[in-house]
Amino acid sequence: MMESIKDKVAIIGMGCTRFGELWDKSFEDLVVEACYEAFENAGIEPEDIQAVWMGTAYGPHRGGGIIPPLKLGNTPVTRLENACATGTDALRNACYAVAAGVYDIVLACGADKLKDYGFSGLPASPPSYPEIALSQTRPATPMPTQFALLAMRYFHHYGIDPAEGKRALAKITVKNHHNGTLSPKAHFRREVSLETVINAPMIAWPLGLYDCCGVSDGCAAAILTRPEIARKYRDDYVLVKGLGIAGGDEYAQIPSDFDWVHWEENLKAAKIAYGEAGITTPREQIDIAIVHDCFTINELVTYEDLGFSPRGKAIDDINAGFFELDGGLPVNTDGGLKCFGHPIGASGLRMVYEVYTQLQAKAKARQLKNVKLGLTHNIGGWPGAFTAAVAVFGREE
Amino acid sequence: MVGLVSYGVYVPLWRLDLGILDGGLRGEKAIANFDEDSLTMGVAAGMNCLSNIDRSTIDGLFFATTTSPYKEKQISVTAAVALDLRKDILTADFANSLRAGTTALRAAVDAIKAGAAKRVMVIAADTRLALPGSELEALVGDGAAAFIVGNEGVKVSITDIHSICDEILDVWRADSDKYVRSWEGRFTVDAGYLRVLPIAVSALMKRNNLTPKDFSKAVFYAPDARRHRDMARILGFDMAQVQDPLFGSLGDTGTAFSLMMLAASLEQTKPGDNILLANYSNGADAFLLEGLEEFDGKRGIKDYIRSKRVLKDYVSYLRWRELVEMVTGRRRPPTPMPSASAIWREREQNIRLYGVKCKQCGTVQYPRQRVCVKCHSKDQFESYRFSDKKAELFTYGIDYVTPTPDPPLILAVINFEGGGRMWVYMTDKDQNEVKIGMLLEMTFRKLFTSEGIHNYFWKSMPVRIRKGG
Repeated sequence: MMESIKDKVAIIGMGCTRFGELWDKSFEDLVVEACYEAFENAGIEPEDIQAVWMGTAYGPHRGGGIIPPLKLGNTPVTRLENACATGTDALRNACYAVAAGVYDIVLACGADKLKDYGFSGLPASPPSYPEIALSQTRPATPMPTQFALLAMRYFHHYGIDPAEGKRALAKITVKNHHNGTLSPKAHFRREVSLETVINAPMIAWPLGLYDCCGVSDGCAAAILTRPEIARKYRDDYVLVKGLGIAGGDEYAQIPSDFDWVHWEENLKAAKIAYGEAGITTPREQIDIAIVHDCFTINELVTYEDLGFSPRGKAIDDINAGFFELDGGLPVNTDGGLKCFGHPIGASGLRMVYEVYTQLQAKAKARQLKNVKLGLTHNIGGWPGAFTAAVAVFGREE
Repeated sequence: MVGLVSYGVYVPLWRLDLGILDGGLRGEKAIANFDEDSLTMGVAAGMNCLSNIDRSTIDGLFFATTTSPYKEKQISVTAAVALDLRKDILTADFANSLRAGTTALRAAVDAIKAGAAKRVMVIAADTRLALPGSELEALVGDGAAAFIVGNEGVKVSITDIHSICDEILDVWRADSDKYVRSWEGRFTVDAGYLRVLPIAVSALMKRNNLTPKDFSKAVFYAPDARRHRDMARILGFDMAQVQDPLFGSLGDTGTAFSLMMLAASLEQTKPGDNILLANYSNGADAFLLEGLEEFDGKRGIKDYIRSKRVLKDYVSYLRWRELVEMVTGRRRPPTPMPSASAIWREREQNIRLYGVKCKQCGTVQYPRQRVCVKCHSKDQFESYRFSDKKAELFTYGIDYVTPTPDPPLILAVINFEGGGRMWVYMTDKDQNEVKIGMLLEMTFRKLFTSEGIHNYFWKSMPVRIRKGG
């Protein structure tokens, strides 16, 4: 009998570095900073950690990126990668170990140090089979272009004039940039105008420079325990309400009947998480959502996939300001991937950090009113073969 | 009786405006796109040649070129795989002379006469490079021709062949040379071309008791338009009998040249017509052909000449030929060297462009799968060829960042007629004309080259000529 994770795991501490082009910080520096902030925030000592889950897409193998810098000698450690959902999956696996009662206090950490690669974008990956770079014999498809495929089909499917569609996408960027100005640890912290976004250099039509998120360095970490232990540490701990993750089987790429205006992986991950959390009307029930805006079109489609907007109607909600800080369902209040930055392995936990902070009403200038239920969402990989993750968090009811 | 069963030609889409070259000549020449080479153009001609032909009847493939992408590695076998020919066939590369194409044709005729094969495909293609600024640069063009030679279903018989060999250094490339070299023009023409070709043609005519007036068409190699007229006069042909060599729109396509002109003449050949084919280089080959039946509905050279885009900037041309250095990675790391073992393992999938069709639910799938994407049956598949199927553009992305000699890069998701979906690049495109729903066809191209490994794959392109498969 499958059981829900709801209310079985509590977050008692979190840490997050500033994200950005951190030329003077190593992977290990980032890990130390985020984890020590989390230890302090939880009121525990490093020695209290009984097991570690380390998520990184491009970082050290084994526990090499976390055990040596924190000097957590001989602590059980798992190093994992799950594309852009890596950080969320580190948290998820740590949650299950805690819920199983195997450990009392564990650390989930996500980090990547992308800016040492010397490129402002990620390596192109082919639509499938990229795991061993040497086996790349078929066409490589850079990430922005993969999401341009989504935008072009979305516009075509709903009969949206590309100029109108591009304008709606630009509004997502303007919103996330505004939120970024209120977010002290974000990579990019300045307002941009609609015209700047629309007229920016083209990356992959219709996606311009400002439709693409930042590639950054950063780390985020969480301390997890069971609720009965959490109460000893703090009153405003945050409870895990639902954890959904789904891996695509390349269906979108192979038969010709997939529509390319949604991602099946999103629907499955949301179904699991909503089922666990008891969410039936996400648009009304969720107070804050931090979603995967790697490219603006992906934030738009996520509105629909997660049930925030009706199918084909996301642009109406964008135009109505529904996802802005003072809207009905604020999305990416910390600036999102666009402005907070996107160190692949860290992003999932960075999103949880924002929801955790908002649930504790400590988000200062960008603090929302009356936050009870928050959601994080990642999707990474490539169309048809994404890993999508949806996680729901709340306070003690 | 042995002769031609089918023909196919290929002229690349692109023309170089000769006015932008030193010398400022009028006209244009056909140039291969950056992702084309002699192998890929030969495959394109072969695809045309195979329309309405049962591929399993082909017993051999001879590939003739002086510009093979490999010095050591057979390309006729790669072409045979791309053309989805049988595995138990004879493949051979003919090289090192502009006569390689007609020599291959002769070898095919001889093999069939000897009973070693019933049908042999002969492909000739060239992409010769002239030194920038040289006179030759305006003359050499790129193109390909293919024929199926057989002893059944013959539409034009090859009734006699006369070959001679002649030692001379007139036009050559040393093993390390990138560009074609030649000795002074007056020497190469007087001591070579104009002296030798007539010897072979005269011998052929004499043996068959024919005079020039007995021919409805004469097809012969010439290095340029002036020498072509000189040769017609020397051989005693009226210009009305002579196949237009298309100088000024095609260029000297080297090994493929005389065979492309032969294919052009076949577009008008009627039963009873006598055709002369003569080719020169280190000797000469002269063929006597006779029309038996008309060819119909083929994509001909005229269709290809009409279908063109003109390149008017020389820097792009230099980039396409890798004569200027270009960035390999911008914003993201360059593509790593492809693995020879991975290319080998995926040869049916990448070169033959085979996907699979589920025997349980009928779903057509690419790339090959072990478990059906629809019904989840395991290993219940038959092979399915995509290379000759048309497709519709489902969605696309125009990439302005990825370095390519022909920016922008267009990534396409295409849905095939008969089912199946594929992610491919689009080539020979005009990004302003790309739209969802447009009809596409597949074309064999070079995806990229790294560390001496040419990674061939198929791309999509807008349907170029709407007839003949």
